Amino acid sequence: MDLGFDIVDLPESDHPVEGEQAPDFTRPLVTSEHWEDASLSELAADGPVLLVFHPMDGSFPATYVWNELRERAFEESHDVQVVGLSISSPYEHMTLIDEREMDYPLFSDPQNGVAEAYDIVNDLDGMAGVSEPRPAVFLVDGELTVQYAWVADEWPDFPDYDAVAEAVASL
Amino acid sequence: MSEATDEAAPITLYRLQACPFCERVVRKLDEYGLDYHSRFVEPMHSDRNVVKRVSGSRTVPAIVDEQTGVTMSESANIVTYLEKTYRSED
Repeated sequence: MDLGFDIVDLPESDHPVEGEQAPDFTRPLVTSEHWEDASLSELAADGPVLLVFHPMDGSFPATYVWNELRERAFEESHDVQVVGLSISSPYEHMTLIDEREMDYPLFSDPQNGVAEAYDIVNDLDGMAGVSEPRPAVFLVDGELTVQYAWVADEWPDFPDYDAVAEAVASL
Repeated sequence: MSEATDEAAPITLYRLQACPFCERVVRKLDEYGLDYHSRFVEPMHSDRNVVKRVSGSRTVPAIVDEQTGVTMSESANIVTYLEKTYRSED
């Protein structure tokens, strides 16, 4: 983004990069109808997963990110499952799914443990005791090997959707 | 991971968070040490089409037992079913 002033730089992160193993995890996975515990590896067993970490539901970046992903609909032309994750509760996820009219399941991780495992924790200034993942996108194959990774290094920041599209196309 | 999150478990329990009738079924499942998989649904009755598709009714709890092919609603019925089917295996 070019706003003509500096925005917040985020510190270095030791997140998984291309060729490395993405940490597996189990969290409630929410659809428009229900939620149930599911692991990333279970999903990946059915095909590559585009895991999208986004700010909490209701924030404008969450809305923008899902509008863009829904617009691009990678899953319609490629063998990829688009899946989100935020710290919002399953109830909030159901509302987001309804409001955005999106067909993507969302992991619910209120305690932000997955972001810790990926080293992408973003402590939110002015919200005491609340942290969430940095905006981030990981494309993993069936063995959870990272094929593409993008992690915000400033706040706020948005994925490079064209780069994601290229990564998805080269699966 | 607890029994309640076992994807491969033969019993799926459709439940609503904090619903006492659902907890009644959970107690019985735990009593018999049965592996089950929890699927949480919406508080709004009219939004529970997933349960209706499975059991014919939007009420929870509902269970699907793949071992016996039984699908059932109403906690009293489910508890009786579990007792009849699994008590002897204790």
